[in-house]
Amino acid sequence: MSFLSYLYAGLFYCAAMVMVVGVGRKVMVYTRIPAPLKIPTTPAPTTRFGVVGRMLREVVFFESLFKSSKWTWLFGWAFHFGLLLALIRHLRYFTEPVWSWVAFLQSAGIYGGYAMVFGLLGLWGRRFFVDRVRYISAPSDHLMLALILAIAGSGLLMKYVWHTDVVALKAFALGLLWFNWAPLPSDPILLIHLGLVICLMFVFPISKLLHVPGLFFSPTRNQVDDSREQRHAPTSV
Amino acid sequence: MKKVEFDIPVITNHPITPSIKEGAMAHVRPFVAKQGHQEALGFPGELVDDWHDKAIEKMRELLGKYRSLQVFMDSCVKCGACTDKCHYFLGTSDPKNMPVARQDLMRKVYRRYFTFAGKYFPKLVGAVDLTKEVLEDWYSYYHQCSECRRCSVYCPYGIDTAEVTMAGREILASVGVGQKYSNEIIGKVYKIGNNLGLPEKALANTLEDLEEEVKDDIDVDVRFPLDVKGADVLLVTPSADFFAEPHVDGLIGYAKVFHQAGVSWTLSSHASEAANFGLFIGSQDNMQKVAMRVREAALELGVKRIIVGECGHAWRVAYSYWNTLIGPFDFLDPKYPVPQHICESTYDLIQQGALKFNKEENDDKIVTFHDSCNVSRASRMGNMPGGQFVIPREIIKAACNHFVDMREDTIKEGTFCCGGGGGLLTDDLVELRVKGASPRVQALHEVIEQHGVTHMAAICAICKSQFTKVLPYYDMQMDMIISVHQLVGDALELGVER
Ligand code: SF4
Ligand code: SF4
Repeated sequence: MSFLSYLYAGLFYCAAMVMVVGVGRKVMVYTRIPAPLKIPTTPAPTTRFGVVGRMLREVVFFESLFKSSKWTWLFGWAFHFGLLLALIRHLRYFTEPVWSWVAFLQSAGIYGGYAMVFGLLGLWGRRFFVDRVRYISAPSDHLMLALILAIAGSGLLMKYVWHTDVVALKAFALGLLWFNWAPLPSDPILLIHLGLVICLMFVFPISKLLHVPGLFFSPTRNQVDDSREQRHAPTSV
Repeated sequence: MKKVEFDIPVITNHPITPSIKEGAMAHVRPFVAKQGHQEALGFPGELVDDWHDKAIEKMRELLGKYRSLQVFMDSCVKCGACTDKCHYFLGTSDPKNMPVARQDLMRKVYRRYFTFAGKYFPKLVGAVDLTKEVLEDWYSYYHQCSECRRCSVYCPYGIDTAEVTMAGREILASVGVGQKYSNEIIGKVYKIGNNLGLPEKALANTLEDLEEEVKDDIDVDVRFPLDVKGADVLLVTPSADFFAEPHVDGLIGYAKVFHQAGVSWTLSSHASEAANFGLFIGSQDNMQKVAMRVREAALELGVKRIIVGECGHAWRVAYSYWNTLIGPFDFLDPKYPVPQHICESTYDLIQQGALKFNKEENDDKIVTFHDSCNVSRASRMGNMPGGQFVIPREIIKAACNHFVDMREDTIKEGTFCCGGGGGLLTDDLVELRVKGASPRVQALHEVIEQHGVTHMAAICAICKSQFTKVLPYYDMQMDMIISVHQLVGDALELGVER
């Protein structure tokens, strides 16, 4: 096995570790900090069950974003939904035999890639053309879009222009999973694609990607509107 | 009209989102609290020497105390969805009045001191040290937010800038730079019992005068009882209701409703104020202390129910926080919600058929309703979500023949703040108040043009005072703004068989 294969394997393990531990730590912090007062943004559901519905609508449909800006919603939703499809497509590298629903969704994964690029370009365009969004964009906001766009782009390039040895790649992926390492094909485009993914995993817990766990802990969304019926103790977590 | 030293926004037929104008409102800041006002609330009298370390320490404390703050600091993705949602941005064009930019004033400091990226790559993530200039910016722009929560409705993560503003103000106060208006008022509540500093004797006289006034007017003995032990209902209402216009007509309305429905009620001189500015300055301790007077009054008078008068933020504090801060209320009648909003009570009485209206009394008016931010987005009425929108409208419709709503995205959960909430209802912020009112005034202008609306009813003392002050700047009559319970009081048939 080549040095590169070992390097990438090692980086993948580190990145996965950083991501899991980093996000896990954040989740622990969020769990420990009390929410001393009731602050759901009303109208809010009056039951736990209702709150689950509200959260589902936020997670699946981006309900609040839909209310606020149809363009941002379109780009944002296309990107995230595309990402989901692309991730599902990638499960074929980690399952043997490939799960039937994953096999079924293979071509949808390609469209997912397109949707990602479409959404990301739209979101990035807003950072240049809408003066308000330009004002609030930090360099890191541009970099994050560039990074994910490069991941999506390099992925699509492998599908259509520079093919890589997917059988060997799968062996490498399964090897990572089962600690039974196999060599990684050394096509530059693949190395770029994976390198960028590793970067993304590293920055996950120290960047705005924390909106993923944050969404679930937002008191304005996850609290039940029952302050008169249930006494909310100030120490409640 | 007074001389004006600033440009008044032009009211157009359709809403517009302005282009940003950096620094447009940098000169606006309210007076800083004097030593005495600070110390009465347990804050240092002036900017402390080690303000930098103290401020960072306070920030650490708040991050560990409020999950909301910690999550909100981390979660924003700068999507920009909130950027055109704040009435202060729409009215001033200052980009620091965009909710995300307002949060970023704190977030950039948070990142610098509390995150890996900000510690090692500050430029990349826009992290900065806490300097005097940053502190000045905080003071300016955390007092250009009315804590109205409109932004939180539209943020995909529910980030509520009001929470950040409250934290910002608490940090500022704790290093010695509190806001004069709010702190002075809280001091008055501690010393005298209400925001206006109206002592017990004066309050009793005012209420007596009101009884006479109503008697002269309609020849019915409507009572305004004070400190009556054993009354069923304790009414806690904003002190502006005792004499400010148009508030007092609302108070007369409540009294007529109670009179007609045969409800035994009382006001309390100990808790002669529903307002709770502890909310505005983000100080849970002060909020609790102010609220505690209500519990004490209820126990002392031995009442069975507590009803809160027309006041937006007071209703938020009462509805959302009282149970936590001064509960449990096991000494009150469990058949009624605690606390109950005056509109809930009136609505119930209407449902029971206890009130009859002569709607023609209000036929000179075409009425619209201004949803107050704290009622709309931080509380509820009735037992279903959104009852806070239905109940006041149903009351108005029961008392008036002509009612129309303003544009859908400017009412209910999307309502625009009056521009004077959150502790900004002070003369040193008139420019901000006038400009911040413009989105609401624009929507009002539409219904005036289309439907000939003559009056806008509200259920918040701050909204009423604010509109009375700012409507004339837009060449609208200041008495356009009225209390919902004025409409009720004017149309209610008194003395008829129930
Ligand atoms: S809470 Fe209201 S005033 Fe404050 S930033 Fe949000 S929209 Fe503006
Ligand atoms: S809507 Fe929420 S996530 Fe988007 S920029 Fe505003 S605060 Fe940040």
